[in-house]
Amino acid sequence: MAGHAEDADIIIAKNVNKWYGEFHALKNVSLTVKRREVVVIIGPSGSGKSTFIRTINRLEEHQSGDIVVDGIPLTRDVRNIEAIRMETGMVFQQFNLFPHLTVMQNITLAPIHVRKMKKQEAEARAMQLLERVGIPEQAQKYPGQLSGGQQQRVAIARALAMQPKIMLFDEPTSALDPEMIREVLEVMEELAESGMTMVVVTHEMGFAKGVADRIVFMDSGEIVEIGTPDHFFTNPQHDRTKLFLQQILK
Amino acid sequence: MATDIRSTSWVNTNHPAPAQKPPASEVGVLGWLRTNLFSGIGNSFLTIVTLIALYFIVTNLVQWLLGAYWEPIWVNRKLFAVGQYPLEQLWQPALVLLMVSLLFGLSAGRWGSIMRNLGVGLGALLLALALIPIGLQAQVVMAASLALLLIGYLIGARIAISGRWLAVAWVLSLPATFVILLGGINLPRLGVTWNFAPLVESNLWGGLMLTMLLAVVGIALSFPIGVLLALGRRSNLPVVKLFCVGYIELIRGVPLITLLFMGMTMLPLFLPSNWGNPSQLVRAMTAITLFSAAYLAENVRGGLQAIPKGQYEAADALGLGGFDKLRFIILPQALTKVIPAIVGQFIGLFKDTSLASLVGLLELVAVGKAVIQQPAWLGVTGGVAKEVYVFVAFVFFIFSFGMSFASRKLESKLGFGKR
Ligand SMILES: Nc1ncnc2c1ncn2[C@@H]1O[C@H](COP(=O)(O)OP(=O)(O)OP(=O)(O)O)[C@@H](O)[C@H]1O
Ligand SMILES: [Mg+2]
Repeated sequence: MAGHAEDADIIIAKNVNKWYGEFHALKNVSLTVKRREVVVIIGPSGSGKSTFIRTINRLEEHQSGDIVVDGIPLTRDVRNIEAIRMETGMVFQQFNLFPHLTVMQNITLAPIHVRKMKKQEAEARAMQLLERVGIPEQAQKYPGQLSGGQQQRVAIARALAMQPKIMLFDEPTSALDPEMIREVLEVMEELAESGMTMVVVTHEMGFAKGVADRIVFMDSGEIVEIGTPDHFFTNPQHDRTKLFLQQILK
Repeated sequence: MATDIRSTSWVNTNHPAPAQKPPASEVGVLGWLRTNLFSGIGNSFLTIVTLIALYFIVTNLVQWLLGAYWEPIWVNRKLFAVGQYPLEQLWQPALVLLMVSLLFGLSAGRWGSIMRNLGVGLGALLLALALIPIGLQAQVVMAASLALLLIGYLIGARIAISGRWLAVAWVLSLPATFVILLGGINLPRLGVTWNFAPLVESNLWGGLMLTMLLAVVGIALSFPIGVLLALGRRSNLPVVKLFCVGYIELIRGVPLITLLFMGMTMLPLFLPSNWGNPSQLVRAMTAITLFSAAYLAENVRGGLQAIPKGQYEAADALGLGGFDKLRFIILPQALTKVIPAIVGQFIGLFKDTSLASLVGLLELVAVGKAVIQQPAWLGVTGGVAKEVYVFVAFVFFIFSFGMSFASRKLESKLGFGKR
């Protein structure tokens, strides 16, 4: 199925439309993401940022338009959906760790049962990932015993354990206290440097400026403007973009 | 000192101030009496009326208890315990008790929380029964059960036994109980007859043992059915959903006693004709299980509803498909949340099994009725019904209260890990 694995474009979204009942939440959204690219999506609340990245791994179903992830067309076919979900990791604003499982179990559950990895191997890899996100000593604790920043780093490790080609982040630092935002952003920066393809919804303009290859601005269910960080922050084109940047940068 | 806090700047030079005693009217016996019993004329009046009523009830009750004729209960203690189970084969129920005690001990040690509370209750009961001179053999069995409970606890707490195997042992203990009590396996239609002791037909089982068996089987068998019904009720398939909703509402709309009567009269209609004639016990258990499943489904549904959407999404995003998602993420959390509710349901069912006396099963209440009619007590003025029913009620109360106490202590601290 992963037919065009060598294509440069790993995510292709073409004219994606989504409605919640009568409400038009995504209007002809088109975007392609290249391998190893970091795309940051910004925009006011309710503009459809979450809705859009959640259509990429089918947490939300779109009603028209095409989405192709790593050569796999996103259709109703469960096998395609499963294949795409194996390729994409997702990190949520509310972490969504499994509270009844230890950190180690949170990370190894999917590799063992979805990737059919041996338990020992999965645990060894989980330890490596925990070291990578800086909390190897928390492996045997439960999520409820960790700080928000630690939980989000576990969530990142859990997603990485599936060896995804793409990582989706939906406001990963919005539920965190200021001093914990830094530790999560550092992990994300390291991930970007390692060459991971990332689509990140965030309000952290520092991260957008420093790490993004391209920035996408959305408003009212539409993509309004796409540009490099330089271009975006120094020379925004659309009035709506200018207004938004004024509001958040002042 | 003057505390002029209306000025713009002020410093409390008296800080730290020494603590003072509260006014006498707020503390001590008098303070407590005043705030709790005699706050105002109306409340004082209620307190006095209640005290007078209590005085008469308690004195009369104590007087009656002291003068009551407990002989029928003492003489029939075996009947109350196990019904007409043959005397020379009582080692079989004893074996079941030993097995269950060991399992409770292991579980208390392994899992703690509600299991530890229940284990303590069971231990206290066994200790009491070992000390009361109910008969040397029975006392030895109680003492041995107590010992197994403690040994099990130590093993469970000290040695890392597998929770999964312990759960399997619990599941197997149910059919094992039936085989032990029956004295073997007797399924002539399947061509299986094997016995290690003379067969004891289930119509000889009775008393507290039967009451327990009905309640435990009711909950245990209704558990998988209830979970399936709860899941089916949330299904996207309209037919499945309709069936589950229909079943749950239908069953919850009728009293258990009607289901018991239907089980007695109509069960063979639903079974293949060559299955023959199920025993009274099987019929009652079927009715109780079907009844309990509907309530369990509603309890489980409550647990499922309490799982945040994010848990489903995280599982989906990781590629954990339908069954794995249920098995590893959703059900463990949903079921842990509803343990107290299920214990509550079990207590209700435990008491409701008394209805089985109306369809000819010799459980605790039916034994009581039988004892009242024994010719030996015909000469007793006023009969012995009062004593017998007070005793039966007391037994129900001891178990129900024990279980509800065990789970109440748990509700406050139920959670995952050591949050
Ligand atoms: N399940 C839903 N049902 C109906 N409307 C929804 C649903 N989810 C989102 N919406 C609506 O769709 C629009 C886009 O929502 P979305 O969550 O994608 O916004 P967002 O850009 O992520 O905003 P935020 O920054 O607040 O997270 C909003 O107007 C929201 O009210
Ligand atoms: Mg959002």
